[in-house]
Amino acid sequence: MLRFAVAVLVAVLSVAALADGQKTRADRVALPTIKIEQGDACVAPTSEMRRDHMKFLLHQRDRTVHQGLREPRHSLKNCVDCHASRESGSVLGKDGFCASCHAYASVSIDCFECHTPLRQRAATKAPK
Amino acid sequence: MSVDRRQFLAWGTVAAGAALAPGLRLIELAQARSPQEAASVLQRWGLLIDITKCTDCDRCVSACHEENGVSGHERPATDAQWIRTVGLRDTRTGHAQTLPLMCQHCEHPPCVDVCPTGASFKRDDGIVLVDKHICIGCRYCVMACPYGARSFVHEAVSGQKADVPRGKGTVEACTLCVHRVDRGEAPACVQTCNRDGGKAMAFGDLNDASTEIHRRLRSEPSRQLRADLALNTGVRYQGL
Ligand code: HEC
Ligand code: HEC
Ligand code: HEC
Repeated sequence: MLRFAVAVLVAVLSVAALADGQKTRADRVALPTIKIEQGDACVAPTSEMRRDHMKFLLHQRDRTVHQGLREPRHSLKNCVDCHASRESGSVLGKDGFCASCHAYASVSIDCFECHTPLRQRAATKAPK
Repeated sequence: MSVDRRQFLAWGTVAAGAALAPGLRLIELAQARSPQEAASVLQRWGLLIDITKCTDCDRCVSACHEENGVSGHERPATDAQWIRTVGLRDTRTGHAQTLPLMCQHCEHPPCVDVCPTGASFKRDDGIVLVDKHICIGCRYCVMACPYGARSFVHEAVSGQKADVPRGKGTVEACTLCVHRVDRGEAPACVQTCNRDGGKAMAFGDLNDASTEIHRRLRSEPSRQLRADLALNTGVRYQGL
């Protein structure tokens, strides 16, 4: 019985400590706001998107501009349509999908000097 | 811009200049390519502009700039201009004409020849473009173009159209509304001219014998601006 009570106590304490640790870490480093507001899945598995989204974009960019291939799957317009915030309609701004993760990872991109960061139409399904 | 008519004509070899055909119709575009199908060398997009029907309106200009989100800062010397109207006047008779002038989508484009990075290029279907991702803003192409058709973006841009990204430090020009052409639509200037203007502009595939533009180029006189340069332009004029 005693042993059981101790086990419970330890468990409770360690959960509390873990939560505490997470809280202080979150306070120190502003984690990116990755808020998925629409769509049930991305155009590739999340782990792949995290690592390779820039490759998809740059590849698609050349296909579209030079060959006139306009497949929607890796089109930048399409990422924006799905990932723009419901509130601001944009992927930029403090909590913007692209901006906040890039700020966290200290990446700067110039794409939105030319490309609009604003959603044009509601996207709900990942295109093939 | 105003040019003396003689001088303007002297730019090119003076070909025949007979009467003109009525009844420009809105282009029948064969079919939109599927998004998985690349632009093809079998096609060559072009324009045919009958300037006897070109009235003094500038609807093509406003339609173009609206479609492509080309807005200026009220600074005519530096604001981007994808299409403009040029006035011609015969100094002897005073006969005046207006014509719209834009990138002529040359088969042998001087802008492409001089580009040091490969940003200026001709797509397989004849549309001459700037790949702004590669453009370093050197402006050699602006100098090389005999038609003065290219602009440099001098100032930061905001409020771009999703289909037409634009930004400071790159060169741009008429794209023949490549984003519309790829969806099977005619360029904005042509659509508007046929709806609200003088119906002076036709768009189509110069290689396809079944198109209106091909039929008219085959059976009616037309000319290229600065034909002496042998650039084989994709934009042709009638009534000049
Ligand atoms: C100097 C302006 C400019 C910058 C900066 C720029 N682009 Fe583009 N981009 C364009 C233009 C112009 C097009 C051609 C649009 C068309 O024909 O539809 C384009 C097209 C594209 C396309 C194909 C169309 C689409 O929406 O899918 C992709 C993908 C793309 N760019 C990705 C990028 C990425 C990624 C970056 C940043 C690394 C970037 N671009 C930066 C001007 C720019
Ligand atoms: C989960 C975090 C995250 C999100 C969300 C994210 N990115 Fe990135 N992005 C990164 C990281 C990290 C890099 C740098 C990777 C590297 O340098 O190896 C990067 C790099 C890029 C690059 C290449 C930059 C360069 O100069 O090479 C482009 C382009 C890009 N991201 C576009 C986007 C766009 C557009 C969005 C929004 C639709 C987006 N990213 C959302 C994390 C993210
Ligand atoms: C149909 C809507 C949709 C489109 C289009 C789309 N995404 Fe996503 N994206 C999602 C969803 C949903 C998730 C979250 C998936 C999950 O984790 O379950 C996601 C996740 C991501 C992530 C990982 C975020 C994280 O959790 O770290 C990145 C990066 C990303 N997307 C970038 C892009 C880029 C770049 C494009 C354009 C090539 C794009 N997405 C197009 C819906 C979309």
